[in-house]
Amino acid sequence: MLIQETDYGTPIRLSTKMVTLTIDGQDITVPEGTSIMRAAAEMGTKVPKLCATDSIEAFGSCRLCAVEIEGRRGTPASCTTPVENGLKVWTQTGKLAKLRRNIMELYISDHPLDCLTCPANGNCELQDMAGVVGLRDVRYGFKGSNHLDAVKDESNPYFTFDASKCIVCSRCVRACEEVQGTFALTIDSRGFASTVSPGQKEDFLGSECVSCGACVQACPTATLMEKTVIDAGQAEHSIITTCAYCGVGCSFKAEMRGTEVVNMVPYKDGEANHGHSCVKGRFAWGYTTHQDRITKPMIRAKITDPWKEVSWEEAINYAASEFKRIQGKYGRNAVGGITSSRCTNEEAYLVQKLVRAAFGVNNVDTCARVCHSPTGYGLSQTFGTSAGTQNFDSVREADVIMVIGANPTDAHPVFGSHMKKRLREGAKLIVVDPRRIDLVKSAHIKASYHLPLKPGTNVAMINALAHVIVTEGLVKEDYVAERCDMMEFNRWRDFVSDKRHAPEEMEKYTGVKAADVREAARLYASVKNAAIYYGLGVTEHSQGSTMVMGMANLAMATGNVGHIGAGVNPLRGQNNVQGSCDMGSFPHELTGYRHISTDAVREEFNRAWGVTLDPEPGLRIPNMLDAAVDGTFKGIYIQGEDIAQSDPNTKHVTAGLEAMECVVVQDIFLNETANYAHVFLPGTTFLEKDGTFTNAERRINMVRQAIPPVPGYADWEVTMMLSKALGYEMKYSHPSEIMDEIAALTPTFKGVSYKRIDEMGSIQWPCNDAAPNGTPTMHIDKFVRGKGRFMITEFVPTEEKVGPRFPLILTTGRILSQYNVGAQTRRTGNVAWHPEDILEIHAFDAEQRGIRDGDNVAIVSRVGETSLKAVISERMQPGVVYTTFHHFGTGANVITTDFSDWATNCPEYKVTAVEVRLSNHQSEWQRENALFRQASRRITKAAE
Amino acid sequence: MTLDDNRLISMANQIADFFKSYPEGEAVEGIATHIQKFWDPRMRRGIFAHLNKGGAGLHPLTLKALQQLAAKQPDLAKSA
Repeated sequence: MLIQETDYGTPIRLSTKMVTLTIDGQDITVPEGTSIMRAAAEMGTKVPKLCATDSIEAFGSCRLCAVEIEGRRGTPASCTTPVENGLKVWTQTGKLAKLRRNIMELYISDHPLDCLTCPANGNCELQDMAGVVGLRDVRYGFKGSNHLDAVKDESNPYFTFDASKCIVCSRCVRACEEVQGTFALTIDSRGFASTVSPGQKEDFLGSECVSCGACVQACPTATLMEKTVIDAGQAEHSIITTCAYCGVGCSFKAEMRGTEVVNMVPYKDGEANHGHSCVKGRFAWGYTTHQDRITKPMIRAKITDPWKEVSWEEAINYAASEFKRIQGKYGRNAVGGITSSRCTNEEAYLVQKLVRAAFGVNNVDTCARVCHSPTGYGLSQTFGTSAGTQNFDSVREADVIMVIGANPTDAHPVFGSHMKKRLREGAKLIVVDPRRIDLVKSAHIKASYHLPLKPGTNVAMINALAHVIVTEGLVKEDYVAERCDMMEFNRWRDFVSDKRHAPEEMEKYTGVKAADVREAARLYASVKNAAIYYGLGVTEHSQGSTMVMGMANLAMATGNVGHIGAGVNPLRGQNNVQGSCDMGSFPHELTGYRHISTDAVREEFNRAWGVTLDPEPGLRIPNMLDAAVDGTFKGIYIQGEDIAQSDPNTKHVTAGLEAMECVVVQDIFLNETANYAHVFLPGTTFLEKDGTFTNAERRINMVRQAIPPVPGYADWEVTMMLSKALGYEMKYSHPSEIMDEIAALTPTFKGVSYKRIDEMGSIQWPCNDAAPNGTPTMHIDKFVRGKGRFMITEFVPTEEKVGPRFPLILTTGRILSQYNVGAQTRRTGNVAWHPEDILEIHAFDAEQRGIRDGDNVAIVSRVGETSLKAVISERMQPGVVYTTFHHFGTGANVITTDFSDWATNCPEYKVTAVEVRLSNHQSEWQRENALFRQASRRITKAAE
Repeated sequence: MTLDDNRLISMANQIADFFKSYPEGEAVEGIATHIQKFWDPRMRRGIFAHLNKGGAGLHPLTLKALQQLAAKQPDLAKSA
């Protein structure tokens, strides 16, 4: 069945005051502010419309939705007319029928009559309306002035703009403004000459359009149309699932023809995205059928050998025998595994179960190690749980939004759009970031304060902000007294009150004007609802955990935890990074963040799994690699993670992998880590399996299989096969049974089941007897740990120092069109926007080095060197350069170092001392890696 | 980088850098607990081996914390 959500025509209105009116003789009661069109739709009456859709505000331009209201003159547009008590509305009268037919006649007189060959045939609102109003003739003919020869814009890789079919309803322009917040589209000219124009008469690709798809979604005709639909035709059924890109976790309808996906359309009832999408989730799913997919298992004795395609049985048995051999020879603890933040909760759970139960060790970790592990530690210490405090919708009630070390418009674009909407409504914005990210100033958005601190000085900044709040009497004393541990608070108060933390003293570290810091602190503390949103710019530092605790301190001191509109909110990087952490992927804890040394917890698992778990914590990823270089760690099972590209100090990572005797990689492509692997187990995409992802707001969303697994087995089935071959059999016939086990063993998941998720749409944990419907806002009334705990956050400058040889600081991150190591997005049309990693550098630093825009440069740190193209950017501050890590050829992590967070070993990606110079060649590492990469990817095909 | 003395010393001292602003007793306890809860036994064995050699380069608080931890885990400390 093709799922088609009801379009109510105008947005929902939330009001406690209700209004009753009569429409076509039937009484209807709706919230005040609701349009007549929506009220009619809610009682099942469709008023004809073209320019209205419920994702954007009413516009009243097409006039097709005209109605008659008793006692009122004329025929008001039902989309722009709000309900009133006692109104008597008629939606179908002879007068209205004539009016609507006349309007449609005018529209159709300037519209191609090619419905049978039009890609929107069967899914066109204009076509529908012609039928609804009973249009039978166009008296004006088709020979007058028209737009039928308008040139089609096909520049965007994913959709076309066919102006000949445009009815200038402005839905696309308004969607770009109201839903996405980019303001890339406009109506050019006036009257009959009006046309939709990206930017100033640019093409779509060359304009500011971010290709989120909101305009395509809003278009009622074939004017803006997905190329996949043009090629394949309209879908015949759809399946609701969850995007496999960032931690926003958008719900999508996978629109299908048989087993072929033809379109991914954001699902209106998705609680995280409310029908919006970004260029990745909406369009960049072509990688799922890319020719580079590896679909057969492969093995090789040495990484210098070519791969040999083998049966599943041979590959699994070979991997298991190697792990057994290694454990026999080097000891039980010589092996481990990495769970995937790109895979489902159930798959992450099974991998950690395999490591603990089948390997018999706790050497299991996940990619959160290199991104948000400090979030888990810091929020656990202060609040008592390792997750963000709010749901995304909470931002709608924030009065002040402080964004620290995050770039939501690029890395979490759908949430970025929701945030921008709130900002346009009047919320104030503070941005704490070394770079002038788009949020600082973009269309209709301007930060009240941008605190452009030097990388590595977050803790100095948070202490300075806290100093102002404490010393200027801005602490919410009653909240703190009621909710927090007063001994800890008083100690913290004394600590931050010290003059050495004053903004004026901290300025020498942060480089930020003290006056701005003071004003920003006052603004944050001055409102009822102040919310902190943060990203890897907080966590990926040697003091990442300290900074998380610093933010928690600030939120508690101002009473900003435990209610809507406030909180401390990590913007999680990968689609299931929250879930993989929840599932016991860390070496020191089991599901639900319970320490492995806790006897009672371990005993529950011992009973359920029929094993005796080791009470000691295992190795974290960096420790595994260190131990591998030492020769005590020899085998690893890596599911859906590419540590050779994503983890810091590439040469160290690859040395660790090279030192191992059995590296098993389970992935959809031969990633960079697979260059060092001995067994490759083909993985499946999110479209090929059932399961759940948990997003940044703790929301457990369903992932539903749309197509059969390309390699024959879903990832969870492969883990089961490997476990069985290792001698520990797992018996699940469906991922729902895995979730049932998780729920039985995890108090915060006690009420979670597939049945419940299907009924509710999604569930935010904790979901248990105390919160049977889940928990949108945490720490209401009291903190999970009881009393909120203020922590002392001494600023300790990083050991990574700039100096004469390495005078610049490199900070790394991501951009909108690419995702993580790029394995998925590099194999899509998204390369149109970002075909290679570039180095952003300030004009001053560039000029000093004779670097012009577009020059090839070498970037060198204490640990490595690479080369890439330089782009002069005003977003950078002097002394700081920036790049991304999306392309293996650049290998940005060849430069980053082993420095890491004190509590979690999360790498310090955000601070690397470097020098940049003009260069006309690739680095030695790049040349050698290209050769090695090519050699390591030879495949001997199995006989058919 | 390997799990050698320098790496472990550096990691242990980083933990001390966090806890050093707390009263000494709490700081020592905090460091010891952190190492016990988050370091794999081979890492603890490594730092105990260094401790057994005199613990050069260790922050004074780290030193005390490791001594306290070694007393709680005599088997691991002895095997170092």
